Amino acid sequence: MFTPELFASILPEILILILGMLILIVEPFWKEERRRNVGWLTAVGLFLSIIISLIFGQPSQPTSVLGGMIRFDWLGFFFKLLFMFAGAITALLLMDHEKAGRRGESYLLLLASLLGMNLMAVSADLIMLYLSIETASIPLYILAGFIVSDEHSTEAGFKYFLFGTLTSTIMVYGFSLIFGFAGTTNIYQLAEMFSAGHISLLIVFSIIALVMVGFAFKVTVVPFHFWAPDVYQGSPTPVAGFLSTASKAAGFAVMVRFFFVAFPFKDAPDYIHTWAWTLAALAAITMTVGNLLALPQTNIKRLLAYSSIAHAGYTLIGVVAFSQLGAASVVFYLAAYIATNLLAFGIVMAFSRVTGLDDLKDYAGMSRRNPLLALMMLSAFLSLTGMPPFGGFVAKVVVFAAGVQAGYTWLVIIGILNSVIGVYYYLNAMKYVYLYRMPDQDEENHPIPLTRPYGIALVILTIAVILIGVMFAPWFNWANAGAVNLF
Amino acid sequence: MNFPILSIITFLPIVAAVIMLMVPAQRKNEVRAIALGTAVIDLVLSAWVYIGYLRGNMIGYQFIEHYNWLPALGISLYFGVDGISAPLVLLTGIVMFTGVLISWGDDDPHIMAGIQDRPREFFAFLFILAWGVFGVFVSLDLFMLFFFYEIAVFPMYLLIAIWGWAQTREYAAMKLTLYLFIGSVVSLVGVLAMYWVAGQNTGIYTFDMLQMEKAGFSPIFQYIWFLPVFLGFAVLGGIWPFHNWSPDGHVAAPTAVSMFHAGVLMKLGAFAALRVGIMLLPEGAKQWSWLIMLFAGVAVVYGAYIAFVQTDMKYMIGFSSVSHMGLVMLGLSTLNHDGLLGAGVQMFSHGVMTALFFAVAGMIYDRAHTRQIPELGGMSKAMPFAALGFIIGGLVSMGMPGFSGFVAEFPIFMGVWRVQWLVAVIASISIIITAAYILLVIRRVFFNPMPEKLEGHIVDVTVLDKVAIGTLCFFMILIGIIPSVMVPMMETGVKYILNILYPGGI
Repeated sequence: MFTPELFASILPEILILILGMLILIVEPFWKEERRRNVGWLTAVGLFLSIIISLIFGQPSQPTSVLGGMIRFDWLGFFFKLLFMFAGAITALLLMDHEKAGRRGESYLLLLASLLGMNLMAVSADLIMLYLSIETASIPLYILAGFIVSDEHSTEAGFKYFLFGTLTSTIMVYGFSLIFGFAGTTNIYQLAEMFSAGHISLLIVFSIIALVMVGFAFKVTVVPFHFWAPDVYQGSPTPVAGFLSTASKAAGFAVMVRFFFVAFPFKDAPDYIHTWAWTLAALAAITMTVGNLLALPQTNIKRLLAYSSIAHAGYTLIGVVAFSQLGAASVVFYLAAYIATNLLAFGIVMAFSRVTGLDDLKDYAGMSRRNPLLALMMLSAFLSLTGMPPFGGFVAKVVVFAAGVQAGYTWLVIIGILNSVIGVYYYLNAMKYVYLYRMPDQDEENHPIPLTRPYGIALVILTIAVILIGVMFAPWFNWANAGAVNLF
Repeated sequence: MNFPILSIITFLPIVAAVIMLMVPAQRKNEVRAIALGTAVIDLVLSAWVYIGYLRGNMIGYQFIEHYNWLPALGISLYFGVDGISAPLVLLTGIVMFTGVLISWGDDDPHIMAGIQDRPREFFAFLFILAWGVFGVFVSLDLFMLFFFYEIAVFPMYLLIAIWGWAQTREYAAMKLTLYLFIGSVVSLVGVLAMYWVAGQNTGIYTFDMLQMEKAGFSPIFQYIWFLPVFLGFAVLGGIWPFHNWSPDGHVAAPTAVSMFHAGVLMKLGAFAALRVGIMLLPEGAKQWSWLIMLFAGVAVVYGAYIAFVQTDMKYMIGFSSVSHMGLVMLGLSTLNHDGLLGAGVQMFSHGVMTALFFAVAGMIYDRAHTRQIPELGGMSKAMPFAALGFIIGGLVSMGMPGFSGFVAEFPIFMGVWRVQWLVAVIASISIIITAAYILLVIRRVFFNPMPEKLEGHIVDVTVLDKVAIGTLCFFMILIGIIPSVMVPMMETGVKYILNILYPGGI
């Protein structure tokens, strides 16, 4: 019963659980001022877990384990590594957060959510899927509203909670329809049921629509994006970074597995094409709305929120392609995007920790106050724009390539026009950093010092963004290895 | 395994940029020294490549380097130069070297020349730009060419927006970036379409351009995709009617960036349009050449005329660049031996010439604090060496025999005449207009009496400036007097293109 493979398939989750318990045990014994060190423990623990999982937990042939609840394959494994990386970085960024950094609970909630995301990436059963989505979401509701004394944070937590529960209820309704009509909850068995064609088109469409609501909320697809700007702005910045990267990537992991496996493309009936067109339209609307709304923003967190909506739209192009390259491009895009967006949020956090401000105009003169931070911000924003030699460029080209291959040239052209809009507002933000000066022109006496956790986290992220953009072969091969498992 | 000279040329600037960024910000002279040292090494190495090609057997691509990068998608680091790209690599080396010299700066508060504000960042961004430019010229892999092409676009925004002319820099920098970005992404769609179709035709999915040349794209495919690909790249070449970003960008940019921009970057556009547009889609090129010729013909005459009516020196040079790059495009559009040969030489000749123009214009502006031609005068006495340089540049611009401009423009007009004599006649009007505005500006700026306001304020140029001017003049005269140092080399590249265009012989 308890085979080594079974052990390997949930090794990362076991490690996260051990780490969580360790924190629970250690934290009460540390004095208030030393509790910040829980962050070190979490980050180092997660990095170690990544290494241990890489050594002992690599999947070989895709198999279903734990009674068909979990699919043990490269796709899930690569996503797990990404989530754990994002979690480690978020822990580092949390450490010097004024309100949340010295509370052991925040790290524990982070780990709990991470556990849920890891399971999301490998769920092969609708029940498991729903449980893991809730495990990932509930700690995030709390984290978003973590700063009880701050109105915005409470509002963010509550808003996120309301939207989240509503959409997940609708999703569960879709799941129940699936069970009712197909008689199974296993995603891999669903494929046979759907391709056999016993279920009427209308039912299939309503199932997809209902389930999509839940996924769309997670990855902020228009029209389920309304929560994102308010929640990102209100919640503690490191949490917002985590929400916009790992949580979104987890949503895509689920979406890719669910749609690619349950609705196989190979001998697909025509309705797949109709469905793909709907999804393509959603992608086009998402990126256009995200980019257009990002244009007039004056608050950098809201700007990043809308830009992350737009990036969800670009990523959807890879899903729409319904091909192996499409799936690989989604995974690769998310890898680049996680590193890039965490870097962007990390910089916002480092800046506002010192200045307490996060409007664009407050960034004036930043390049003179801390040239290194400005350079890192440049890397992040250029990567978001999709400029080489940063990760965002290769990611975008691969996604667009998948789109052109699948015959969605019009969608790629819309994507390209959108990235032109992106150039404008990302460079506009950099203009404040490099071109404008502080009102008193006294940047020398207003430095922005970086604490050690920030320094480490931001440098790691910058290196990651450049590495993904220059040495793209290993990352792409991993993403591709995951995508192969779907076909 | 040969000595990886092209990789060293390409990657040296980025290594230097990273090193410079690690130097503390106050140590400006150390930063400048690193920049100059790197530029000298790159100049020597690119001259080495040039001479190596010239003295070798001059066939096809030389100095080949090949490293697998992403085999799953057929992407590799594939470097090599032919008779057309080797001179352009040398050109980049020259402009980089002289650009660094010009930007060295002078601590004399009366002059305020060069880059005083954050030179560390300036040189780092300039070298990232140089990295991209070298990369495009040597890449034989379409993906990497595109990769480097984009790298060459974004530092321009920062260089212009931060160190540019305060009045228009934000507007000009954003305009330039948006134009170039739109152009490049439009060609990206074409590039991706070519990649998939080539893969379907041959069964090998690769971005290797030498393989893609043999992909056998259907005529209808070429007909559809040639225009987006060619024009997308040609935006950077300043082709009419997409030239509007270019003069604004020239004017707003600091001197060294103007030199890079007009001297090298615009060639990047023409080169990529040639390499990707014409060489990979030859049938499309034949079908659309009339349109390119029309656009280029308009650019030549219109650019010259607009240059003629400008009163701002930099705008004048900027529009003259549009006119001269129009000649390059005109040469490309002929698709025959003479036209392509002339276009190749013109790319080099115009690069050196316009770099010189912008260098001298920058020196004058640093001292007189105005670029309005009517407000200037008497510069030949105050700064004789710069005046001499400008006059030589002017002679090149007019296409005087004995200078590189003649070697370039004469074959272009011959090539155009063979295709459509009327275009040649109309385009040649530009020679007269060019002569008129060049002679006018030389008389007004350098030989008219100096206005009282400027009397006593104008200091002679520095030694470094003189070295820069001397270097640029040297190459223009060398090619003018001994065309055989470049023309036979260019010819090998042109023959290669003609083989692709007319596989059965002409």
